[in-house]
Amino acid sequence: MAVPVAFFAVFFAYPVAAILARGLHVDGAWQLARIWDVVAQSDIRHVLWFTTWQALASTALTLLVALPGAYVFARFDFPGKHVLRAIVTVPFVLPTVVVGTAFLALVGRGGLLDELWGVRLDTTVWAILLAHVFFNYAVVVRTVGGLWGQLDPRQEEAARMLGASPLKAWRQVTLPALGPAVAAAVLMVFLFTFTSFGVVQILGGPGFSTLEVEIYRQTSEIFDLSTAAVLTIIQFLAVGAILALHAWTVRWRESALRLVDESVTARRPRGAGQWGLLAGVLASVVVLLLLPLAVLVQRSLDAPDFGYYRALMSADGGVFLVAPIEAIGNSLRYAVVATVIAVVIGGLAAAALTRRDAGRFVRGFDALLMLPLGVSAVTVGFGFLIALDEPPLDLRASWILVPLAQALVGVPFVVRTMLPVLRAVDARLREAAAVLGASPWRVWREVDLPMVRRASLIAAGFAFAVSLGEFGATVFIARPDNPTLPVAVAKLLGRAGELNYGQAMALSTILMVVCAVALLVLERLRTDRTGEF
Amino acid sequence: MRTTNKYIALAVGLGLVTLSACGSSSGSAGGDSKSVTLVSHDSWAVSKSVIAEFEKKSGYQVKVLEDGDAGQAVNKAILTKDNPQGDVFFGVDNTLLSRALDNGLFQPYEPKGADQIKPEYRVDEDKHRVTPIDTGDICVNYDKAYFSKHKLTPPTSFDDLIKPAYKNLLVTENASTSSPGLGFLLGTAARYGDNGWQDYWEKLKANGVKVVDGWEQAYNEEFSGSAGGKKAKADRPLVVSYASSPPAEVIYADPKPATAPTGVATGTCFRQVEYAGLLSNAGNTEGGKALLDFMLTKTFQDDMPLNMFVYPVREGAQVPEEFTKYGPQAEDPETMDPAKIADNRDDWVKSWTSLVLK
Repeated sequence: MAVPVAFFAVFFAYPVAAILARGLHVDGAWQLARIWDVVAQSDIRHVLWFTTWQALASTALTLLVALPGAYVFARFDFPGKHVLRAIVTVPFVLPTVVVGTAFLALVGRGGLLDELWGVRLDTTVWAILLAHVFFNYAVVVRTVGGLWGQLDPRQEEAARMLGASPLKAWRQVTLPALGPAVAAAVLMVFLFTFTSFGVVQILGGPGFSTLEVEIYRQTSEIFDLSTAAVLTIIQFLAVGAILALHAWTVRWRESALRLVDESVTARRPRGAGQWGLLAGVLASVVVLLLLPLAVLVQRSLDAPDFGYYRALMSADGGVFLVAPIEAIGNSLRYAVVATVIAVVIGGLAAAALTRRDAGRFVRGFDALLMLPLGVSAVTVGFGFLIALDEPPLDLRASWILVPLAQALVGVPFVVRTMLPVLRAVDARLREAAAVLGASPWRVWREVDLPMVRRASLIAAGFAFAVSLGEFGATVFIARPDNPTLPVAVAKLLGRAGELNYGQAMALSTILMVVCAVALLVLERLRTDRTGEF
Repeated sequence: MRTTNKYIALAVGLGLVTLSACGSSSGSAGGDSKSVTLVSHDSWAVSKSVIAEFEKKSGYQVKVLEDGDAGQAVNKAILTKDNPQGDVFFGVDNTLLSRALDNGLFQPYEPKGADQIKPEYRVDEDKHRVTPIDTGDICVNYDKAYFSKHKLTPPTSFDDLIKPAYKNLLVTENASTSSPGLGFLLGTAARYGDNGWQDYWEKLKANGVKVVDGWEQAYNEEFSGSAGGKKAKADRPLVVSYASSPPAEVIYADPKPATAPTGVATGTCFRQVEYAGLLSNAGNTEGGKALLDFMLTKTFQDDMPLNMFVYPVREGAQVPEEFTKYGPQAEDPETMDPAKIADNRDDWVKSWTSLVLK
């Protein structure tokens, strides 16, 4: 427990507090009246309103599109299912800077919708909503579908035998069992869309601004730190409330359910209705998720003989000191370090949270570890700069900042994956081992470790994929001699010229493939009890 | 479990301390006098051989820290000025110069070769806190193919852009989040005066100007003349970009076309100048001074244009052939005193936002 707390305090709470204090503690006095000044501004209230309603709308739309998907992935067996499930997770870990470009090709001018029906959605709120579906589809499929696949269908069948209509059986048996997972998914999607940054900036255009975008603008462009601090606090409170609700649904979910192996419940679709549902879900996945990704690939191949890929091997472009291809190595190295940190910290936190004597404080820490998912990267980045600037922790120019920042985002995934598995370990096994004379270390090695090994591999894989795609924090600290993949893509996109654009597409494609492979490996490793993402 | 956790805690704690220790020794400028650290924005680029030459001559090893886009990099430098991340900062332009100077970001130093800088770029000559390094023009670019296909003359001036012939053709960037967007706004303010630019923008808005958040979207997604725009089937043949964008369209094409696919409306330009300076409280002032000297040498000034797509400030430095051939430099670009920009920037951006975006 001490390690995760210390980690969290040093690399998250302290930097964030430092930057907030810089904004609100001016000339030796706290400027708390600033809070009211800022909230009273009509622009700011408009931002708050837009942030909230677009998040609500995005969440509703995501649920509408993804719940049938969750059902299909959970209950139907069809060829290519595992590959497809890995691929629909790719958007979740891709940086928006890459996806924005591809997504515009779908809903922008000359995009698919434009060619079919003359519909263009760029710089409208629809583009934002659809992109949010694109990014968060996997959250619903994994959280809800993961559990759905393991619910014992015989319970529903039993209700049917006792005379319940299909609807009634579903409402009274399946829905209550599924409810907490749906609630958790809803809250996570709401959290991600509430704090949306890249999607809103790239697809929404300057007419739309979420809290996160406004914090970035105030900090990074206008340099009004006190307004940024107030906005950060508002976002903090909102995210805190979302997470508190989430923590509550997680505990609610841990009520005993009869779970069976997924391979038992999934079967081939039968009848026109089921085939129709499958076809509908596959069509929505193709249009909303695969097409934008395919556009990236197509544009990366738009030069003879893989010209853009070959250009990646050379450092002559002048954009980098090194050949862009080296960004792959950099990204992998950073991601490995970030993964190690995230697994150690997250694993220890999960272990501490599992202890039966864990009090209210410890359980609250569960929600606290999720906070980095909802706090703006620019706040953390600026906080790092002014907080971690003295030995022994002068990290401002150090490479370790990149994996540390990435690990902050990875830890919540590790905790969420490991927690259910660890909780499932029967405490009596440990007690028995201890009574038989095993040292605590040996108890852990012989009882806990074998059970959590697979879960920790999955956690590691997720942390790895998230680190690979992490952009917001990385871009603050990456250095020109070792750019990461997303940073290199952003830099290439920031320059005129065909070759730069093509290389950006080629690098994006590579990033996508690396993420997809990592996630495919994860598919093979799925545990009996599902994680929550 | 309890004792186990403690052991792991100890091990991890030690690990982190070790990591942070090696992090700080390899990264920060500190007392390491053999290396000099340059802090810049993420458009920084220089030939490897040129840096190697400096390292060989001066004996200092150069470390570069890229700190986000131009605005971000300046703001971060200001935040850390008491304990800076490096010795020299490069990349504050005339739109942000006053913010940097007012916050005491730099200490005085007049580099060798300062007398070689073209007079029109010199500022702060009594204190020498900053040194101009490069310049570039923010101008409207046009898609040649579009205008020849529609038998239309491309616009050449700000006045042209509000003519009905060019309705719904221009895309620009948000002045509050993008430096070309801000530059274009300042260009119109310089051209039409403090009270006239709002009127101009009303007309521009009525003429269908489209505003997007950043240069990447404007240039790669909306502008029909760029490589990305062609693939995205973009439909705006006019974009606010740089005078050096047309040469880039040739240099980064394979095979290289005989002429640039895009051109510059030379009467719509706003001149940006980028400065470098020795950071206050720099750990290695001697190294920083040597680096600043180097940035004004002919070697560096000749190398810079094709790396960062900017023009040199030094008399006699070579402007690459590609620049003159594919993208004529504006003869009479709009300019504005940094102090005036500082006084008005926030107000102008605010009124521009409510005028154009709402």
